[in-house]
Amino acid sequence: MMTEPMIAGLWTDTVSFFGVHAVAVVLLKIAVVLFALLGLVSYTVLAERRISAFIQDRLGPNRVGWFGLLQPVADSFKFLLKENVMPAHVNRIYYVLAPCIALAPALLTFIVIPFGNTLAGEPMVIANLNVGVLWMFSIASLGVYGIVLGGWASNSKYPFLGGIRSSAQMISYEISMGLSLIPVFMHVGSLNLTEIVNAQSHRWLFLHPNLFLAFLIFMISSFAETNRLPFDLPESEQELVGGYHTEYGSMKFALFFLAEYANMITASALMVTLFFGGWQVPFALPESLSHPVTWLAPFVFQPVGFVYILSFFLKMLLFLGVFIWIRWTLPRFRYDQLMNLGWKVFLPMALANVFVMGIWMALSV
Amino acid sequence: MGGTSFEYSYLLILVLLIGSIFFAVAPLVIARILGPKKESSIKNATYECGLVSKGDPWVQFKVQYYIFTLVFVIFDLETVFLFPWAVAFNALGAFAFVEMLIFIGILAGGLLYAWEKGVLEWR
Repeated sequence: MMTEPMIAGLWTDTVSFFGVHAVAVVLLKIAVVLFALLGLVSYTVLAERRISAFIQDRLGPNRVGWFGLLQPVADSFKFLLKENVMPAHVNRIYYVLAPCIALAPALLTFIVIPFGNTLAGEPMVIANLNVGVLWMFSIASLGVYGIVLGGWASNSKYPFLGGIRSSAQMISYEISMGLSLIPVFMHVGSLNLTEIVNAQSHRWLFLHPNLFLAFLIFMISSFAETNRLPFDLPESEQELVGGYHTEYGSMKFALFFLAEYANMITASALMVTLFFGGWQVPFALPESLSHPVTWLAPFVFQPVGFVYILSFFLKMLLFLGVFIWIRWTLPRFRYDQLMNLGWKVFLPMALANVFVMGIWMALSV
Repeated sequence: MGGTSFEYSYLLILVLLIGSIFFAVAPLVIARILGPKKESSIKNATYECGLVSKGDPWVQFKVQYYIFTLVFVIFDLETVFLFPWAVAFNALGAFAFVEMLIFIGILAGGLLYAWEKGVLEWR
């Protein structure tokens, strides 16, 4: 009769012996995450259309497949088969490069987020960087280049104005976004997202008053960073037609669109990870789930691993729902109000929050 | 499985970088092959709600965008300096805290000055 650790040990030995196997596992993980992310993006678009229809008392896309569930498939074929218009006045190289630059960082940021504990002994995060959050910020801020470049290379007035507005907005809110997270790092003492999640095993961070303020600043700034309403000035339809992507069509437009939704997903995932316990569940798991099931040991897939992934996924969906709900509920800010909010409200507030958090921690030691 | 070593993590990032570039470029290539190509001079014209475009599209824009960018550089750098300080906060003790307060104070003074000068006012 083999005991539990023996079986697990045997598994680890096998993997380290077959180095190729480990590589295959990692590649599989990356492929699954990338495809899941892109699939989630296309279904978030569908969810947005259905929810907006619900809020505005319409039906929304409900003809393709069951309840419109195949709509994303139809849309992607439509994007592929549309004419690939390349207007004569654009700067060709940058015009094509811009959507790629917008999308690639959006997919890259998700790499450091732990979306589960472990499955088959493999940690459910692609790269467990010790500078996790810093990596997210540095890569996410590359996304703005895609938008600015798209606006500039279009060589047309509306996209140009949209691109300029977007860059000013994104850099303004990047500061309050970064500053708002400093109390979190002071509390946890690490930039590594896995450690931040582990620090929340007893108490989720948003329950701390300072960190709750940090969460609010971070959430509102992330709305501005992802160009979502009430901060969607870069593409405000009524004044700038389509903003930075006015001159874009077919797949090139779709890439901008995908990038926006991928950024939304990453922002939701980051909020869950930093403030709402990541993959942790808010209650104690029943015995049968939290302990390894002996007869499943050879397969090493334990149900508890899936429970954590599901928990992360559901929390993330909740925040995506908030993103969509707010978009169809609030009106748009004026540009001076947007700048005022970023520089005169959030920046001093985030700085004061760092200060208060420091005193709080000094006193509570 | 060695998921913790430094080089290993960045190797994974390289793999994902290739993956994400593939996902960004491949749809464009496929769309270019599959999509029809029927050019016309009107279709290729600048889009301005149906009017004929007048003048240079690279219009002069507000200098304030530039000023905001300058203020941004200062505060973004400050944030980057605060990151390592925040991580090591518990280990550093009171001296580092006071020192950082002075640092934040100087920058907050800069923000107040900019505020007073009306730089942050969007007109």
